[in-house]
Amino acid sequence: MAMEYSEKVMEHFAHPHNVGVIEDADAVGEVGNAKCGDIMRMYLKIENDVIVDVKFQTFGCASAIATSSIATDMIKGKPVSEALALTNQAVVEALDGLPAVKVHCSVLAEQAVKAALADYYRKQGREVDFCDCDTCEGGCCGHE
Amino acid sequence: MFVYADNAATTAMSPVAIQTMERALESMYGNPSSLHQKGREANLAMIDARRAMAERLGAEERELYFTGCGTEADNWAIRSAARLGAEKGKRHLITTAIEHHAVLHTMAALEREGYEVTYLPVSPEGLVTAEQVAAAIREDTCLVSVMYANNEIGTIMPIPAIGKVCRERGVLFHTDAVQAAAHLPINVVEQDIDMLSLSGHKFHGPKGTGALYCRKGIRLAPFIEGGAQERGKRAGTEALPAILAMSAAFCEACDHMEENMARVTALRDKLIEGLRTIPKCRLNGHPTQRLPGNVSFCFEGIEGESLLLRLDMAGICASSGSACTSGSLDPSHVLLALGLPHEIAHGSLRLSLCEYNTEEEVDYMLQQVPQVVATLREMSPVWYKMTH
Repeated sequence: MAMEYSEKVMEHFAHPHNVGVIEDADAVGEVGNAKCGDIMRMYLKIENDVIVDVKFQTFGCASAIATSSIATDMIKGKPVSEALALTNQAVVEALDGLPAVKVHCSVLAEQAVKAALADYYRKQGREVDFCDCDTCEGGCCGHE
Repeated sequence: MFVYADNAATTAMSPVAIQTMERALESMYGNPSSLHQKGREANLAMIDARRAMAERLGAEERELYFTGCGTEADNWAIRSAARLGAEKGKRHLITTAIEHHAVLHTMAALEREGYEVTYLPVSPEGLVTAEQVAAAIREDTCLVSVMYANNEIGTIMPIPAIGKVCRERGVLFHTDAVQAAAHLPINVVEQDIDMLSLSGHKFHGPKGTGALYCRKGIRLAPFIEGGAQERGKRAGTEALPAILAMSAAFCEACDHMEENMARVTALRDKLIEGLRTIPKCRLNGHPTQRLPGNVSFCFEGIEGESLLLRLDMAGICASSGSACTSGSLDPSHVLLALGLPHEIAHGSLRLSLCEYNTEEEVDYMLQQVPQVVATLREMSPVWYKMTH
């Protein structure tokens, strides 16, 4: 039952973009847990509500690494409002699709972005008026 | 460089097996059940093939039944024993927590049919003891099924001791020897084995072949109805070219067992010693009581599928027991049964060697695996927290 990943997934897995840590990040978000086998941690540098830099660390399978990589590409340089609109479907499409059993990785990527932005809102003293996924009940890492 | 290190999943066919199969495909097209010369020729070849394999197991020719795979042999043996047991009102079976799914799922099916199954826990090295088996046997136990050696972690079970206990207590003993047959010395008589399953493609034979040894006197339930093949127990025209090739591969491996074991064990130990120098790793399975070709590790802070695919990119074919490679949410039941936490079991890697592997390949793996582990750890938040 070998799984087929798209070339785009393999490209991001083999050469992920924006890997690392931002030591003086304005916001950090982490989702998933080690028991389930996926953890994503996202660091944001934000100036005037624009994401000027983003880095990630991911523990997980090839699709978890690829979704993290492409999600960071998709929000880098974007206003916070646009980053908040990132959906897991957009991540899947940008990767030319994911095997059905791996779609949860794209959900995790969306959640990681939202968790980091929620951290930013809180630090700014703003009300978090979107799902920050800290309190989501998604079963094991939001598997559908 | 290309390295095939997934021999526990399947092996390349040996040149002898390929040659045997080609010849049979070309000329041995007769049906072994036919009375004419082509049929007799095919039947004689099959008799020789069966006898040759049986002899090397310490069995008689009529005690060996050809099947389509190891899984079928497991299903057949367990189902037969359960049926025999039920006739005497015995509906309890004993097995271990780390069996292959061919055994575990058959046991689960029997549970749904009203049988009771005891799953023996294993030690952190993956062992069950004969004492554990003895303590679990009840008045109504109809079968003990313990694998000869584990496919994921390589641990070899104390089969002769377990066989002895079962024989003394009058309980049938089956062993799934799919990983062990043609790799380890097996003698069904000396080791008190009543039933044994094996699979052709694990020892350089073709896929689609297997065999079940069933000691004479044990009534095997018919598995497929419709003809006199396999003593009337498994009907259907025999896959003769594949059977002959399996037998050729089996004989070749058994006849070179000592040298193969020495060679592969040396490669294994070199690989294990080298990989052990990677920080925060764990060797899975028993350090010495293990299959000659099995190397199984867990690396903390990384996930197995990523590891596997990065190694594949480096030309190394390996395997992992992580959830992402099993297609389920949980990592391998074998690793969990050893007491490993989920997060560590997710980072497992199995490299399984055979006599075709070389020292250069081991050196290449010793160069590549630590690099890939380090690369994945560099991007892992789990590793970051462990080290900061």
